[in-house]
Amino acid sequence: MTADWPILSFTIWLPIVGGVMVLASGDKAPNVSRWTALAVAVLTFLVSLPLWSGFDVGTAQMQFVERAPWVPLLHIEYYLGVDGISMPLILLTTFLTVLVVIAGWEVIQYKPHQYMAAFLLMEGVMIGVFAALDAMLFYVFWEAMLIPMFIIIGIWGGPNRVYATIKFFLYTFFGSVLMLVALIYLYFQTGSFDILGYYDIKLGLTPQILIFLAFLTAFAVKVPMWPVHTWLPDAHVEAPTGGSVILAAIMLKIGGYGFLRFSLPITPDASQHLDWLIIFMSLVAVVYIGFVALVQQDMKKLIAYSSIAHMGFVTLGFFIVFTILHRADVHSGAALGVQGGMVQMISHGFISAALFLCVGVMYDRLHSRQIADYGGVVNTMPVFGALMVFFAMANAGLPGTSGFVGEFMVILASFRADFWYAFLAATTLIIGAAYTLWMVKRVVFGKVVSQGVAALQDVNGRELLVLGSLAVVVLILGIWPAPLVKVMDVTVQNLIQHVAVSKL
Amino acid sequence: MQFQVSNLIPVLPELFVLGLACAVLLTDLFVTDRQRILPYGLAQVGLVVAAVLTLWVAGPERQVVLDGSYVRDPMSDVLKLAIFVVTFAVFVYAKDYLRQRELFKGDFYALGLFAMLGMMVVVSANSLLAIYLGLELLALCLYALVAFDRDSPLASEAAMKYYVLGALASGMLLYGMSMVYGATGALDFPSVARAVADPGDQRLVLVFGLVFLVIGIAFKFGAVPFHMWVPDVYQGAPTATTVFLGSVPKLAAFALAMRLLVDGMGALHADWQGMLVILAVLSMAIGNLVAIAQANIKRMLAYSTISHVGFLLLGLLAGTGDGYTAAMFYAIVYALMATGAFGIVMLLSRAGFEAESLADYKGLGQRSPWFAGMMLLLMFSMAGVPPTAGFFAKLFVLQAVVAVDMVWLAVAAVAFSIIGAFYYLRIVKLMYFDEPESQEPLQAGWDTRALLSLNGLAMLYFGVFPAGLLAACNFAVG
Repeated sequence: MTADWPILSFTIWLPIVGGVMVLASGDKAPNVSRWTALAVAVLTFLVSLPLWSGFDVGTAQMQFVERAPWVPLLHIEYYLGVDGISMPLILLTTFLTVLVVIAGWEVIQYKPHQYMAAFLLMEGVMIGVFAALDAMLFYVFWEAMLIPMFIIIGIWGGPNRVYATIKFFLYTFFGSVLMLVALIYLYFQTGSFDILGYYDIKLGLTPQILIFLAFLTAFAVKVPMWPVHTWLPDAHVEAPTGGSVILAAIMLKIGGYGFLRFSLPITPDASQHLDWLIIFMSLVAVVYIGFVALVQQDMKKLIAYSSIAHMGFVTLGFFIVFTILHRADVHSGAALGVQGGMVQMISHGFISAALFLCVGVMYDRLHSRQIADYGGVVNTMPVFGALMVFFAMANAGLPGTSGFVGEFMVILASFRADFWYAFLAATTLIIGAAYTLWMVKRVVFGKVVSQGVAALQDVNGRELLVLGSLAVVVLILGIWPAPLVKVMDVTVQNLIQHVAVSKL
Repeated sequence: MQFQVSNLIPVLPELFVLGLACAVLLTDLFVTDRQRILPYGLAQVGLVVAAVLTLWVAGPERQVVLDGSYVRDPMSDVLKLAIFVVTFAVFVYAKDYLRQRELFKGDFYALGLFAMLGMMVVVSANSLLAIYLGLELLALCLYALVAFDRDSPLASEAAMKYYVLGALASGMLLYGMSMVYGATGALDFPSVARAVADPGDQRLVLVFGLVFLVIGIAFKFGAVPFHMWVPDVYQGAPTATTVFLGSVPKLAAFALAMRLLVDGMGALHADWQGMLVILAVLSMAIGNLVAIAQANIKRMLAYSTISHVGFLLLGLLAGTGDGYTAAMFYAIVYALMATGAFGIVMLLSRAGFEAESLADYKGLGQRSPWFAGMMLLLMFSMAGVPPTAGFFAKLFVLQAVVAVDMVWLAVAAVAFSIIGAFYYLRIVKLMYFDEPESQEPLQAGWDTRALLSLNGLAMLYFGVFPAGLLAACNFAVG
């Protein structure tokens, strides 16, 4: 459907314009900057709500489409639209940005106007990535995302921030430029940068494989998949809390989104040819990275590795489709894996955000992220302890939380593909529980280990608001995921039908 | 030769600039040091008038005058306008710098205008002789400009080096031209092109001459392996000269390549394409790799120039209308980026302090958030990160090479641009993530500040709305 007013443009440009305003407000009046930023973030969230309420779940067509020429000479268009895959991700972005702005309220004392502005700019650009239907527009937003994040980590990050942020930038830049070449190649096949136009063209197997690999470098670095994940723990550890939240909750999802928007529909035959590679990389991420997470001493690093393992589930869910489709004895369930991956992305967005915010709450008080420095936190911070345990349970995939739904769907789907995929994937339930709960045991429970912990104050209203709203969402999605699944159902079914048809 | 007034109308801008340069030189004789602003103002007003005149004589048709040695076509119009804009910015940026060092003399602007006249001649040349004349006029003025601070041994050394190598390159070019003349019997490009299209047994001589032409062009661009002069001259020259040297002549070099290779030797495209591929790949590789090791920002930007030249050559070697459009877009965007970047270098400098070391950029984000922001835009534009103009410049040339099935070249180009991103990021890192070493306020006047802001924001503007400039380039050469 199309609305009377350009909702998507509003959700993209409102935070960008707001971010520039906040930037212009200067550092003379930090409270003005904060309130302006909050107002813009809330307003953007409200503006994005009609995307959900006005969304037609009965069609796989792009909705809320906006189209205008941008560089007519090269057929580059300003072309926006959402379907069941991108719409939930946009809402995730607008929702989490509000929380990030609130979470950085008192914590950020150094140039708060620049901090807030950077996050608002990020928000607009990330929504642009999800909404773009023109490959060049997509690429511009995709790369533009790096600049504010580079600054965020570099200015407000931890002691080793410069190394981390340059590594982050160069890794992701490396991934994306190869995609650029692939997009240009596709342009010469169709004569435009229309992404949907790429879906219908015939491509030989060799070009498909090369294009697939180019996309893979871009998206695998972003997700990140083993073995190109090494930038993530560094970036996460050094980033300020808000940066970690956005990084884990949304930027990683952009990689997953790329697989669904580009790799699968544009190069289905190559995806099928190389699905073993992705499945292998995903399972390594799930199992091996899970063990790596187990031995971490730093809480943020632990959650970062846990994110990689969880994202392994996402890519696994996306790429077992082909195995299921080609098994004669299984007739349905291919969509289950993709849907599971999608649910996992959304759910992990909330849970990882919540866990990073929990670490942030503790870090603001004790200025340490080391597990060894904590212990017995629940004695002095009972409310916080309860929330942290809840999110940890969700991270471990406890039924009743959103973490369970996605993982369960993916495991169920992988059973239809291959018993051993499912077996290996299911080990995460054990390893995940091990590393998360062990961390919780050492940090939250036990005796009060130090004077510092003994002096801790429980969460204040602001922190409670942020963590509480996330807890509510995680619980709702865990108990009643049907609305989310329903929104993406038709789109995913359509995608499955599309990838089942060879393009050769 | 017929001297009819109607014949001279297309060359009106050139005649005007010639008169202007002489007027600036003469005015300078009669003013005291306090009134030095007069020749400067005259030059700036004259540039605006020249731009208006160019617009007035501009048109979509091609006019050949002065017995076939001179041409006015859309390409020359657009390039001349770009040259005026960039020169205007250079003159503004240079003013405070020169004044602080007691070098604020009319000679600088007169030499700059004569150099610009040389570029205009190159841009509009339609014969081998005219293009050589323009090139020499440009080069001689630049030698003098490099040595403008005559008490600086570094500048004198740079000028000497530039002069010797420049003379060598001119000799090569002239030798190549003599070969072409010998083989075709013609000096004007249309006749040369006709003869080259059907070379018969002269082909070997022509290709032999072509090699020397390409060497000459590569030297003017500063493409590897003819780049030796670039870092030394950029570093040694006063920054006011470097900003001129590093930006505007690249537009002329683009025109030189277009006129010589495309207009003249277009039929030998297959031959010069191979040569340009080597130059482009080497330039991108050496430029980007060596730039990482530089601690002096002028040297770093010099190597960055070399790498940008590699990208620009990609558009030229594609040999298609889209390729030339892309290369022209790149040349104009590059000229704007280079002016802005060197402009910031001059903005930070003051009497006795050149702001040349990378460490001088530490903490600029705290000292001057606005200009740090402008430098950020310029650096990301040079690195080719959207939403800045540099991204579209790179995109268009990549598109041009992919269109002619040279995907491997595009992959090589993006690989080197990742390496390049590192040293641009380092500047951003120094500006934003490090503590400032000095709290000295910036001393630039309002005009420099305004123009620099405009220059930085132009990167963003052309990154978001590239269509207009691209259409202009396409109109010019597509």
